[in-house]
Amino acid sequence: MSRPELSRAEPAGNGHSAVSVLELRDVSKTYGQEPDEVHALAGVDLSVRAGEMVAVMGPSGSGKSTLLTIAGSLEDPTSGEVLVCGTALAGMPEDRKARLRRRVIGYVFQDFNLLPGLTAGENAALPLELDGVAVPKARAAGLAALEALGVAGRASRFPDQLSGGERQRVAIARAVVGDRRLLLADEPSGALDSVNAGEVMRLLHEACQRGVAAVVVTHDAQLAAWADRVVLLRDGRMTGQTTRPPGPESLLVPREIR
Amino acid sequence: MSVPHALLALLSEGPKYGLQLREEFEAGTGEVWPLNVGQVYKTLGRLERDGLAESEGGQDGPQKRYRITAGGREALAAWLRTPPDLTSPPRDELVMKVLVAARVPGTDAHEVIQAHRLYLLELMQQWTRLKEGEARDDLSLALVVDAELFRLDAVIRWLDTADVRLARAAAEPTPPPPAAAPVPQLRRLGARR
Repeated sequence: MSRPELSRAEPAGNGHSAVSVLELRDVSKTYGQEPDEVHALAGVDLSVRAGEMVAVMGPSGSGKSTLLTIAGSLEDPTSGEVLVCGTALAGMPEDRKARLRRRVIGYVFQDFNLLPGLTAGENAALPLELDGVAVPKARAAGLAALEALGVAGRASRFPDQLSGGERQRVAIARAVVGDRRLLLADEPSGALDSVNAGEVMRLLHEACQRGVAAVVVTHDAQLAAWADRVVLLRDGRMTGQTTRPPGPESLLVPREIR
Repeated sequence: MSVPHALLALLSEGPKYGLQLREEFEAGTGEVWPLNVGQVYKTLGRLERDGLAESEGGQDGPQKRYRITAGGREALAAWLRTPPDLTSPPRDELVMKVLVAARVPGTDAHEVIQAHRLYLLELMQQWTRLKEGEARDDLSLALVVDAELFRLDAVIRWLDTADVRLARAAAEPTPPPPAAAPVPQLRRLGARR
């Protein structure tokens, strides 16, 4: 039986640089005032490299979604530092943050949120067009993203003319279109059945192998297991993380020793 | 895993040699269940004795080809439809460890649970890498890997539940001990299971 190359010695084993695309340093987030303060996050350190997929797991109320909104610069931490591609977000003017969100960060939503009035190609190109990229250039990038996800042939179809699986692919294409470096996903497989949910994770992991970094928030261990690293969150604190697992070879008994 | 019935299933496709049976058995289970050749011949001998399979030709050893009998086909069909015995829970080592962790003074049961949770997640990551690679084009392997992932997932969910229960039990005020036989609270919790 041939064994695929599954080394994880480098980030995702694909030779992408080890520079952190996302870095949270001692990040805390507190809502409300004393004595009713809620500590959504408390002293979280997290670094995600290019090519790496990190799953954040925890019960509801553990701070998973807060972590994602802070990583996506939609909210500021109460204390601590957030760096995206090496640049600190603190003190960055709002318009620059907005540009960062449009150009560098891609989002995958639970229900995919494709715009029904736009074709698959237009949906995929949308983030670039909103960012002011000329339409032909944006459309070409959108098509390239669809191509990478195997749905370029569906570019002129509308979302309601696509299968559920194709819609997932278009949504992921839209999230990675252009030169996005960081993918943020909150329960990205929503209410899909387990085979299709696994397919979403496979696609996200493949996107990472092409070089983006991803943070996927989920409460589902089977989905988290697709990630290169699983981080556990509880009451706003990181309580542990998996260390790099060995390849799957150890699960199979080598022929030679029988 | 019932090796006799797996071999009968392979023989139901046509007569086969022992070595061929071993190879097909392993391929059919995604190589997750290895089988040694001695086990194959021992099982074939027993199937022959019970009239469920018969050998062709007089030679012994690897030259011998086996075929399924009518009785073998019936036994296989009956086995497929017989539910495995799931009535009594297996004595689960992890369950024991968590029960013990909850009782041993000075042990942080939450920390014990966390260690097992991380280990199980790493195991699930390994199985998922298998699913991502080889199991893509190997239906048998994909089915075996899914079964393993669901099993490990269930164990993690049980750990999560145990964690919550223990935290709640620790937060609750200790109820007044029954007059007759005072029992520690955790003992009561374990006994309710």
